[in-house]
Amino acid sequence: MSEMQKIERHTISVLVDNEPGILARVVGLFSGRGYNIESLTVAEVDAKEHFSRITVVTNGTPMIIEQIKAQLNRLVPVHKVSDLTIEAPSLERELALIKVRGTGEKRVESLRIADIFRARVVDSTIESFVFEMTGSSDKLNAFINLMQPLGLVDVSRTGVVAIARGPDAL
Amino acid sequence: MAAQEMNGAAVVIRALVDQGVDVVFGYPGGAVLPIYDELFKQNQLRHILVRHEQAAVHAAEGYARSTGKVGAVLVTSGPGATNAVTGLTDALMDSIPVVCLTGQVPTHLIGNDAFQEADTTGITRPCTKHNYLVKNVADLGRTIHEAFYVARSGRPGPVVVDLPKDVLQAKTTYSGGAKATTVRHRSYNPQVKGDIRRIEEAVELMAKAKRPVFYCGGGVINSGTAASQLLTQFVKLTGFPVTLTLMGLGAYPASDPQFLGMLGMHGTYEANLAMHGADLLINVGARFDDRITGRLSAFSPGSKKIHVDIDASSINKSVRVDVPIIGDVAHVLEDMIKLWKARQARPDAKALDAWWKQIDGWRARDCLKFRNSDKVIKPQYALQRLYHAIKDKDVYITTEVGQHQMWAAQFLKFEQPHRWMTSGGLGTMGYGLPSAIGVQVAHKDSLVIDVAGEASILMNIQEMSTACQYKLPVKIFILNNQWMGMVRQWQELLHGGRYSESYTDSLPDFVKLAEAFGAVGLKATKPSELDDVIAEMIKLDRTVIVDCQVDQTENCFPMIPSGAAHNEMLLGPEDEAKPVSEEGMVLV
Repeated sequence: MSEMQKIERHTISVLVDNEPGILARVVGLFSGRGYNIESLTVAEVDAKEHFSRITVVTNGTPMIIEQIKAQLNRLVPVHKVSDLTIEAPSLERELALIKVRGTGEKRVESLRIADIFRARVVDSTIESFVFEMTGSSDKLNAFINLMQPLGLVDVSRTGVVAIARGPDAL
Repeated sequence: MAAQEMNGAAVVIRALVDQGVDVVFGYPGGAVLPIYDELFKQNQLRHILVRHEQAAVHAAEGYARSTGKVGAVLVTSGPGATNAVTGLTDALMDSIPVVCLTGQVPTHLIGNDAFQEADTTGITRPCTKHNYLVKNVADLGRTIHEAFYVARSGRPGPVVVDLPKDVLQAKTTYSGGAKATTVRHRSYNPQVKGDIRRIEEAVELMAKAKRPVFYCGGGVINSGTAASQLLTQFVKLTGFPVTLTLMGLGAYPASDPQFLGMLGMHGTYEANLAMHGADLLINVGARFDDRITGRLSAFSPGSKKIHVDIDASSINKSVRVDVPIIGDVAHVLEDMIKLWKARQARPDAKALDAWWKQIDGWRARDCLKFRNSDKVIKPQYALQRLYHAIKDKDVYITTEVGQHQMWAAQFLKFEQPHRWMTSGGLGTMGYGLPSAIGVQVAHKDSLVIDVAGEASILMNIQEMSTACQYKLPVKIFILNNQWMGMVRQWQELLHGGRYSESYTDSLPDFVKLAEAFGAVGLKATKPSELDDVIAEMIKLDRTVIVDCQVDQTENCFPMIPSGAAHNEMLLGPEDEAKPVSEEGMVLV
């Protein structure tokens, strides 16, 4: 497979006006043009200026990734598009709430592993825990896999948020 | 200007007038009645009542393309808006600036499945450059001005402004004038000047090229008349050959010897082979559309590629280029000419000479020749005669979509931009007549001809009524072969001659049909009648339909079959079509 055909995973930050329909514009662009979304997060980040920040994790060939960025950039309410995967060293985090149901040794084991992964217990009954955990997507995946045989019943994940390292803003 | 109190509907009219809009194409309905009421009370803004909302958008496109201004459309909610969708998509694909105002149910009923409610911003999001729903009358004037700014800036396109009825009736203050109409946009400010280092690189490559070709498109026309002049100047300065896309016809004078004709699927032999054999492509305002490139893996394999485009997303979308230049065509060409002159660039005269010799060899094949007949009218001959009759006149041409469109592109020659209106990207049958109406409204004394097919014309035939109401003397020149000609051609070449549903039975008598609308109908059935009929058509200051009955089996050549490369053209019926690859068969 040539360099140009290789599928790459990119994390892209998009600064947009927080206005009705903006998320539909972005999501519609991806579905309409057949691009992939691995994860997508959005929230207002500047209430005064009404900016929202969208973090989208996508994959595709280098040509497709370039297209995605150009297409995002030409949406009228988009202020900035930044490819955190290539433009600068960056941090990625994801938060998950993970519900595990069980009693006896399994219940104790889930708590022990949670401790190793620095997951916090945020809800408990005598037969269940809800763990809160923050970290890279890989770390979350690893923890969730370990919980599987211990009584995993429910997972809720935020998707990736990311930011560039260093002193500069988006 | 002092701010005045008025209702939202009045703001709409005032804002349109402040934007320099002199005519709006539309159709009334419940949700936009307040606007129609305000229209009634004034004389600055003319309204052209169409017979279907799709036609309103096409008319605005014709108006926009022939004037360089933004076209304006006014339709009601629900079906008014959904009917406009085809026109909006057409304008999006061909980068035509249009602002379409749609009525909407009052804000408190939105989402309630109210009568004539449709999610207009939802439906039109993918088929507009941008759209707005105005929920507060205080935002109305600003939003309309922003819509015009977005429609005409950067790569132009259609913009929808959805207007709930309660917003139109609410009171607000509006102050017009330059302060209101000048938009400083927070996020949308397209770059017009090209990166000068890239332009230098481009000029460098051009100075060293041995087999260069300019490949230019609708972006030159959208950039304004100056862009066409600059292009012509630069092409002459370099001595390079130039070819134009369907959308670009008129950007360079067709009579000039450096012009190779249109390229692409039905382009000329010399244009396509020049693209294939070139060592340098200079793409100015074109987008490597699939009608142009043929099989991508075999597209212009030996060339370095320069691409000038105002839309960064057009660059490297399907074809990798070596020198991308993001900017407005006129601005970039100006810089290119400056640099070319400054470095006193002299292209390799010997190489260029050899290149032209090769091109002249291809030209000598005379790829547009056809076997004429004295019994039956060949469509190509009809267009040759038409061209002969109109070539020295102040004329605008629109077309529908299909064989007749390709023949018109091949046989009518355009010396200036803004004279040729056709549906390129979307390929919308039914585009030509409403578009001609829009052109005629903008240029009341010019000759406006819709070159049509009998199938396409029936898709918006109701607009005859519009043309007659406003006494618009548009000429509809139908090349009538009783078939959906391009469909029939593909069925013949690619589907074993199984002519599934491409023959139109029970066609109307077009002469009587014209008369029924109050227009004039003419008919030509023999080659000997053509000249008289064309002369009569031009002479009449009326809406005219010409039913030109042509050879039913004629095919449009040259042709690059789908999935083939530029050097695998079919030149005529004697060229045996190679079986099309499986990959090619799935292409449109």
